[in-house]
Amino acid sequence: MFPRPIQKSSPAAQWIYTFALPVALIIWLFPLLGVALTSLRPASDLAQGNYFGMPSGIAWENYIFIFTKTPIGQYMINSLWVTIPTVIGAVGLSLMTGFALAVYGFRANILVFFMFVAGNFVPFQILMVPVRDMTLQLGMYDTWYGLALFHIAFQTGFCTLFMRNFIKALPYELIEAARVEGVSEWRIFWYIVLPLMRPAIAALSVLVFTFIWNDFFWATVLTQGVDSQPITAGLSSLNGQWIAQWHLVSAGSILAALPPVLMFFMMQKHFIAGLTLGAVK
Amino acid sequence: MAQASDTAAARRWNQRALAPWLFLAPGLFMFTVYVLWPIVQSVTLSFYDWNGLYNQNGEFTGTFVGTRNYAELMTDPAFETSLWNNLKWLVLYMLALPIGLFIAIFLNQTVTGIRLYKSLFFFPFVISQVVVGLIFAWFYAPNFGLFYLLTESVTGKGTAVLANPDLVTYGIIAAGLWPQIAYVMILYLTGLNNVAPDQIEAARLDGAKGWRMLWYVVLPQLRPATFIAVIVTVIGALRSFDLVSIMTSGGPFGSSRVLSYYMFEMALGEFGFRMGYGAAIAVVLFAIMMVFISGFIWKMWRDEQER
Repeated sequence: MFPRPIQKSSPAAQWIYTFALPVALIIWLFPLLGVALTSLRPASDLAQGNYFGMPSGIAWENYIFIFTKTPIGQYMINSLWVTIPTVIGAVGLSLMTGFALAVYGFRANILVFFMFVAGNFVPFQILMVPVRDMTLQLGMYDTWYGLALFHIAFQTGFCTLFMRNFIKALPYELIEAARVEGVSEWRIFWYIVLPLMRPAIAALSVLVFTFIWNDFFWATVLTQGVDSQPITAGLSSLNGQWIAQWHLVSAGSILAALPPVLMFFMMQKHFIAGLTLGAVK
Repeated sequence: MAQASDTAAARRWNQRALAPWLFLAPGLFMFTVYVLWPIVQSVTLSFYDWNGLYNQNGEFTGTFVGTRNYAELMTDPAFETSLWNNLKWLVLYMLALPIGLFIAIFLNQTVTGIRLYKSLFFFPFVISQVVVGLIFAWFYAPNFGLFYLLTESVTGKGTAVLANPDLVTYGIIAAGLWPQIAYVMILYLTGLNNVAPDQIEAARLDGAKGWRMLWYVVLPQLRPATFIAVIVTVIGALRSFDLVSIMTSGGPFGSSRVLSYYMFEMALGEFGFRMGYGAAIAVVLFAIMMVFISGFIWKMWRDEQER
């Protein structure tokens, strides 16, 4: 193990370590803590310049205000409308593409695979004008499905990479044995491979959920109004209206951050397994 | 009898030749329509002058201008600023690697509660960049922002980072580094978990420790993690749109523009809809990214051959 376990060090070093951990964490998360505290500070405190002293009270009314006086609730619902179909669509499509690329040795295999991988890394701007134009032409501009369809297509690149490598690591004998028995390819996919994919499906679902929930660029390019804008774009336009009303900006920020944070805490193991794919041999 | 089994075998063979394409079809279709084809269209569009509109008959109204968009880029000071800023992003973003590794080493212990510490250190990555941008805008805010107060107490005069053309890009990069370091940290934590313990022990018996141990024994084993970390960091640096948009909208005086943001401004921003010119900027960004993508694909291809 590297570094040497702290338990083998001198008591003084151990003591310093236990002390340094929380201090480092507080420094690391300081901006976030500051915003969290500001979101609960009464507006009057900020007006009097009391930014970091003791708050005069806990102002849950900041949160009540943004829920009742701004469309933030609607934005959150819009985000779900985009995010959930994207998760289902991208995971579903990539299960099939990943299976095709992992199990069959056809000639164009590696080419198709690399195309998915490369496409996943292109800058969004090279897609922006044509995708926006196409979405407009199809009458899907400013709708949740217009945005979700693009996300499904784009996320399929990353998800295919993940699924293909995952299926490649499964024992190939399972598939061979089924073929000898005369099981059809579709039934092999459905009854043999799919049940083994649960961890991969879980990992990708949380990752895609987070990516899409946090997406700002496409939300700005493909949606516009309160009825369809997701929370990221909504928060940005609210920020334009709340000039320097930091108690509201903070409360909005915390709300927007909450769903992916909860998702991460509930599914931590899967989340990290997904992100660190390829980090170990 | 023999014939029957022949046709059965042939049918099975056919099925096996056809099956991959059936499985690929829906995903490949979506990917072609929304990713591959738009790349071709953008490249084509970069040779046109187009305001994004169609005439009453639904015909494209753009005019072919050859390489004029690219010629204009060469003399466009805003493009030059964006390019330089992109370079700053690329170079400074690489700081995420040593810092992320440092934090990973710091956290790679087995004391009580360490798991919670690791997750909390990872926190910034989970949060949307929009929120990160707002958090740092608050951190840098003139008069009461923590950073402003800090500089005021040290130098006697507060610095409003986001209003200063010379500092603004560095301020935004610092905000971007926060989640990026968290990402790199988690990659290295996973890597450190898989470092072969016997090699470490052997090196320890040979008297290796500290830096020498890190450099000669640990880092070589972390190569796969480092590789992924470099890739995601480069991509993160070149994709820097959200933070610029949220924190400064490219200002003050366009000094914090990057290619991704400048492209958006040209094509959809308040300066009107110059789709062709925007596409040309996107093509340049794409070309820069392609260098790194090709490297990644080449490495993957080599790994596949070894298998």
